[in-house]
Amino acid sequence: MARRGPLAGVRRCALMACGLLLVGAAAGCSREAQSTLHASGDGARRIEGLWWLMFWISMAIFAEVMVLLGWALWRRRRAGARVRGGDALGMVTVLGVVAPLVILVVVYGLGLRDLDALAAPPQKASVTVDVMGHQWWWEIHYPDRAGAVTANEMHIPVGESVLVRLRMADVQHSFWVPNLMPKTDLIAGKLNKTWLRTDRAGSYRAQCAEYCGQQHAFMALLVVAEPRASFDAWLARTAQPATTTLTAAQARGKAVFEQSSCASCHTVRGTSAVGTVGPDLTTIGSRWSLGAGAAPNDAGHLAGWVVNSQTIKPGNAMPPQPVSAQDLPALLSYLQTLK
Amino acid sequence: MSVSTEPAKLDQLEQEWGERPSLHSWFSTVDHKRIGRRYMVTAGIFFIIAGLDAMIMRTQLARPNATVLSPEEYDQLFTMHGTAMIFLFSTPMFFGFGNFLVPLMIGARDMAFPRLNAFGYWVFAFAGIVMFSSQLVGKAPDGGWFGYVPLTDKPYSSGINLDVYSLGLLFLGVSTTIGAINFIVTALKMRAPGMSLNRVPLFVWAIVATSFMVIFALPALNVANAMLFLDRRFGAHFFDPAHGGNTLLWQHLFWIFGHPDVYIIVMPALGIVSAVLPAFCRRGVVAYPLLVLSIVTISIISFGVWVHHMFATGLPQLSYSFFSAASTLITIPSGIQIFAWLATMLRGRIVVRTPFLFLVGFIVTFVLGGFTGVMFAITAFDQQVTDSYFVVAHFHYVLFGGAVFPMLAGIYFWLPKITGKMYAERLSRWAFWLIFLGFNTTFFPMHISGLLGMPRRIYSYPGDLGWDVWNLISTIGAYILAAGLLLVLIGVIHAVRRGAPAEDDPWGGDTLEWGTASPPPPYNFAVVPPVHGLHPMWDERTTTALATGKVLEGHQAMTTSELDGQVEGTIEMPEESLLPLAAALAILVVVLGLLWSWYWMAGVGALFVFGTVARWLWPPERSPEEAGVA
Repeated sequence: MARRGPLAGVRRCALMACGLLLVGAAAGCSREAQSTLHASGDGARRIEGLWWLMFWISMAIFAEVMVLLGWALWRRRRAGARVRGGDALGMVTVLGVVAPLVILVVVYGLGLRDLDALAAPPQKASVTVDVMGHQWWWEIHYPDRAGAVTANEMHIPVGESVLVRLRMADVQHSFWVPNLMPKTDLIAGKLNKTWLRTDRAGSYRAQCAEYCGQQHAFMALLVVAEPRASFDAWLARTAQPATTTLTAAQARGKAVFEQSSCASCHTVRGTSAVGTVGPDLTTIGSRWSLGAGAAPNDAGHLAGWVVNSQTIKPGNAMPPQPVSAQDLPALLSYLQTLK
Repeated sequence: MSVSTEPAKLDQLEQEWGERPSLHSWFSTVDHKRIGRRYMVTAGIFFIIAGLDAMIMRTQLARPNATVLSPEEYDQLFTMHGTAMIFLFSTPMFFGFGNFLVPLMIGARDMAFPRLNAFGYWVFAFAGIVMFSSQLVGKAPDGGWFGYVPLTDKPYSSGINLDVYSLGLLFLGVSTTIGAINFIVTALKMRAPGMSLNRVPLFVWAIVATSFMVIFALPALNVANAMLFLDRRFGAHFFDPAHGGNTLLWQHLFWIFGHPDVYIIVMPALGIVSAVLPAFCRRGVVAYPLLVLSIVTISIISFGVWVHHMFATGLPQLSYSFFSAASTLITIPSGIQIFAWLATMLRGRIVVRTPFLFLVGFIVTFVLGGFTGVMFAITAFDQQVTDSYFVVAHFHYVLFGGAVFPMLAGIYFWLPKITGKMYAERLSRWAFWLIFLGFNTTFFPMHISGLLGMPRRIYSYPGDLGWDVWNLISTIGAYILAAGLLLVLIGVIHAVRRGAPAEDDPWGGDTLEWGTASPPPPYNFAVVPPVHGLHPMWDERTTTALATGKVLEGHQAMTTSELDGQVEGTIEMPEESLLPLAAALAILVVVLGLLWSWYWMAGVGALFVFGTVARWLWPPERSPEEAGVA
């Protein structure tokens, strides 16, 4: 990992075990490779089928062209007098018009079939998720569950259709979960919708697919598909305000959070911090990453992020924070209780 | 009365048309051959700069989490790479080919409007210099070549960067538009007698179709850029939904231009293929009528496919199905051309020389780019892979494979005509193989990284997503490709300085440019060649007339009818002039004034534009006899 906060080295040894535990707990099951060719969702699986069909048709035509080209070069006739006549209109018409037309009509028809299939989920959606695109992070709301707000991480129940409503706060973004579903853009003044459905539990990495400025590269989102019971438990946990009993150090961290500039941009539900510029941090301790995929969520990186996130994700909206060396450990230990 | 027996008349023509080499004539020339060469050299320099931009980007992307570039620098590089390759390299390079070749191919003595031609070149050169200088001061456009709002609007891009983009492209648009008008008029009015439309070389058809596309497509881009400038400078809200504007309006306008532009780039390249092939197959390209039809069809259908760039924006399904059908259909005329070229090779006697090798490389790569092109026409698949590296692979196969390979074939093919020198065959074959290998090593793996979910326009990526190996291969390929292109440059310079003198017709070509000297004299043809068929130089009647016909005297050119190419008369051609340069400089003052918000300067510049154009258009003093009113 090349990106490290300036303080990462200082407490690395002490906090390493803690960080590993956190990552392990957050990830739960192992992450799937981000790929359109390991489709798990209904939408992506259709496209994977369409891709392989078009791939093999293309290879067949490519072979045809290569055979013609190879033949022309191979039986190269003796150079010399110019050739007259032989306009080959028939060959050009059959190979260049008739055959392609038949193939294209078939492919177009299959494309229409899949376009229609992508238009709506196979059954009525049982969960609705509101996604708001920001430069450069994803705000996630569950409108049917009061208080369920998180960032850069979306959980969905396996085997059920999920409606995703897409809006943006600043510039255009695009919602793309390669393993589950093709893209839908987030457009100013427009409400776009898409849906997700998968039969396979797993964590699927998603990433903004429309250039949105400096940190377009690090605007990732993790979609976690899990059985209904774990999904319900996760949603309940996420909807709850921060209520963990705190140790003295953690309580001091909470005070630092509420009294410093943290609170003017971030919300921790159940506290006096109600800022709305940055992500809601009520469950920051359990999330898969920091800065929408910019760094792993461990104590070292968290410290680096708080002190100067610009070294990890240059250009993001959070300015360097003047947290004193005494306050920082308390603040970190508090943040890690937020799960 | 023949050319060989009339040296006095040739001297006279040389006197009338020749421009004595001087600093003054360097700035005042209106000779289409000098202007064409300039277009090519300038576009070539812009290609080198934009190519170096790409090399820096590939170096950054070679390894995950690399820090060669900051995100800001990367954004400027990829924006300038795309913008420059599209606007400042491809089209101007083909305009250079067109400028040099169209008058020669149709047996004319110059473009229809020689001064306008010079003006177009100066505007292009200044626009390119303005846009590239922004890179020197770190203020280059950084919103992508497609400049989507709201990212490019004031609240999210407050610097001067995007003003360079909108004003630079508006400035350049002047050049492209008048260049296109000039090509159309030249090809319709200046053809040699007997060259009816069914005898017009395919390259000229391609340039004319391209010019029509430019004229209809460019206004959409100009309007969009004018709106963007007004939005940014004067808060016009064209693209601001909070005040009744619409961000999708930008996308529609941009792609109404942008998709025809793909064909504006590729069409002249396809014309080059049809022009180069006959010499190396020892026969004409088969199915001429079908090829002309496919050129015309592509230029029309290309205006009905733009929404396939917007398949993920959530427009109605019905409109998607229409644009998907049009985008699927447009591959058929391209397919016709591919199979016509294959049939030409099969029915001909192939001679393998470097230009022909590049044509073979073109067919292999362009066909692969065509397949992925059809895939993007299929809406559902497009939604999955659009804005991923799969697109980057696709359009480099189409634009590098489809445009740059034929361009290189054309450079080697016409180098003897343009410079009067032959290139070195061995060196050029090395260049071909390095370019072919390097190109495929760079861009083929991008199909895979795209399918593995790698989005475009990212300055870096984590190492655990399986993209690193494909990116490393791409970067290695890019260095091989650059080495190959360097060999082309060395080859061209070597030919110009030390090449063996070229014959007038080293390849046995079929079109009229081979009927004059290498390099051609300033008046192109002493005798206006009569045309009796599609391959005039393979026709004894034409070659005999060129050698023994009656010399057209004076600073005159012949005009003929649009359809049948029947002689209508002769016209006096304009002399060299500094006015085109002055007018271009005046517009430059306007553009810089607007760019730096010195509106008084823009006003002064506008007065100068008015003054120079008025001077330019002022009718010359003529006696009543000359004016025909006596």
